Amino acid sequence: MKLSRDQVLHIAELAKLALSEEEIELFTEQLSEILAYFEKLNRLDTSAIPPTAQVIDMRNVTRPDEVRPSLSPEEALANAPQRKGNFFKVKPILE
Amino acid sequence: MKYEAIIGMEVHAQILTASKMFCGCSADYASAPPNTHVCPVCLGMPGVLPVINQAAVEATILTGLALNCTIPEFSKFDRKNYPYPDLPKGYQISQYDLPLCINGWLEIDLGGTKKRIGIRRVHLEEDTGKLIHEEDGSLIDFNRAGVPLMEIVSEADMRSAEEAWLYLTKLRTILRYLGVSTGNMEEGAMRCEANVSVRPLGSKEFGTKVEVKNLNSFRAVRQAIAYEIERQTKLLQEGKRVHQVTMGWDEHRHRTVFQRSKEFAEDYRYFPEPDLPPLELSREFVQEIRSRLPELPDAKRERFIAQYGIKGDDAALLVEERATADYFERAVAAAQKQITPQTIANWIVGEIFRLLRENTTEISSIKVSPEQLIELLKLIQEGTINATVGKEVLDEMFATGKSAQAIVKEKGLTQISDEEQLRQFVQEALAKNPKPLQQYLAGKEAVLGFFIGQVMRATRGQANVHVVRKLLQEELDKYKNKE
Repeated sequence: MKLSRDQVLHIAELAKLALSEEEIELFTEQLSEILAYFEKLNRLDTSAIPPTAQVIDMRNVTRPDEVRPSLSPEEALANAPQRKGNFFKVKPILE
Repeated sequence: MKYEAIIGMEVHAQILTASKMFCGCSADYASAPPNTHVCPVCLGMPGVLPVINQAAVEATILTGLALNCTIPEFSKFDRKNYPYPDLPKGYQISQYDLPLCINGWLEIDLGGTKKRIGIRRVHLEEDTGKLIHEEDGSLIDFNRAGVPLMEIVSEADMRSAEEAWLYLTKLRTILRYLGVSTGNMEEGAMRCEANVSVRPLGSKEFGTKVEVKNLNSFRAVRQAIAYEIERQTKLLQEGKRVHQVTMGWDEHRHRTVFQRSKEFAEDYRYFPEPDLPPLELSREFVQEIRSRLPELPDAKRERFIAQYGIKGDDAALLVEERATADYFERAVAAAQKQITPQTIANWIVGEIFRLLRENTTEISSIKVSPEQLIELLKLIQEGTINATVGKEVLDEMFATGKSAQAIVKEKGLTQISDEEQLRQFVQEALAKNPKPLQQYLAGKEAVLGFFIGQVMRATRGQANVHVVRKLLQEELDKYKNKE
């Protein structure tokens, strides 16, 4: 299965990636190969098998509703590329 | 041609837990300085693991049960991917195909006719952070990110803005009865989106669906939906097409305005959340939660009517808030059958509600206890004070928390029933108003009310009106006999 140029651009948009012309071609090629590899799975008949939500055999892992200490704003913002006061700051977003 | 509207509602309600959905940060974000209730989990740092808040699961199932839902035996969480930075992970943990509650209903009362509105699902997810948009960038506070949120999705069963409003009001009442959410729309603890479409009456196909957002109050919900129905109907009548868009309610201009086109279908790429093991909901567990269900408003209203013999309209008003219903029942108990439940209901629905409105407060925080209200009503019933003075006394009780007895004594408000004392006031009223007196003697008996009013005014409302009436008759008869 070969991905179209539009599909690649759509995926790039969803991932918020700006691709160059060369990259579009490269990824169209690579993504198509990956997809083709996974196509093999489609040969299995899974119509009678319920979808798997989890591969680890665990259920009902919950915690009691108790408050625990949070980080200080300084710790929380330590890795932020941009901040203003104790807010994280990102590029302007159009509503 | 006649048209009908088809309305479905999506309601988000914050769940009243102490901690967040997947970490131990405090969920009380409202008054906290920015980014003080955050940790590596709700900041989406690499390598961390979320853990499900048990109380949030139970609150959601309790809500589902109150909404007559089925609770499946198996439920799981999923990732909803989107690039908006209000969640730092790049996705929201939500539930996609296996929500906690499905296929329920809620009943609304359309002026005597009951109608069931289907509940498609109730699922659990996490709230997002708050963004402040500035010219050179957007500022983010993640205190709200990860607060437990339930989404309640109705079927498209509503046919008017009124029905949508009734649905929402009822839903809020139930959430508050259960204690799972404050349901406060103005504070954003409850948010609502409406899907509105219009089609020719009798048509089986649905019209194009428009999503209406920015509904920040109950009034906004009603007005926005009514406006949107009218807008779409007009388009269809003019032979135009309704476009699939998102509209926002403009509170100031009282109209819905175009927000964005929906031509590009949202691409959330849901997939099972690999960090959270699924939930197996044993029937014993669901049964245990069901046993926690309180008496719900509809059942309570019916019981109030049957048990206390009060009017249906009053019962409906009394059960709107659980605290009001409890207040009423405590008052009935305190009255020990000396005051009728209907009298008590009248005073709560009339006077107490008026005071709550005037002082923008809630019944749970007022100074007048149900026992104190009964003490006041007994003073009125015994004739110590009349009802008009009683209302003034209640105002004073509301403001100071003093007992009715104390206020009556302090202000000398005791009702005057002494005939000798009142006869003087009656005679004075007749002597001072020769014209109405002539009218009365000429056969216009309605003037009696005027004289009663004069006496009441002269005694500052303290006269026993029954005695006044009797004395007036006597004195007027004397005049008649003179003629």
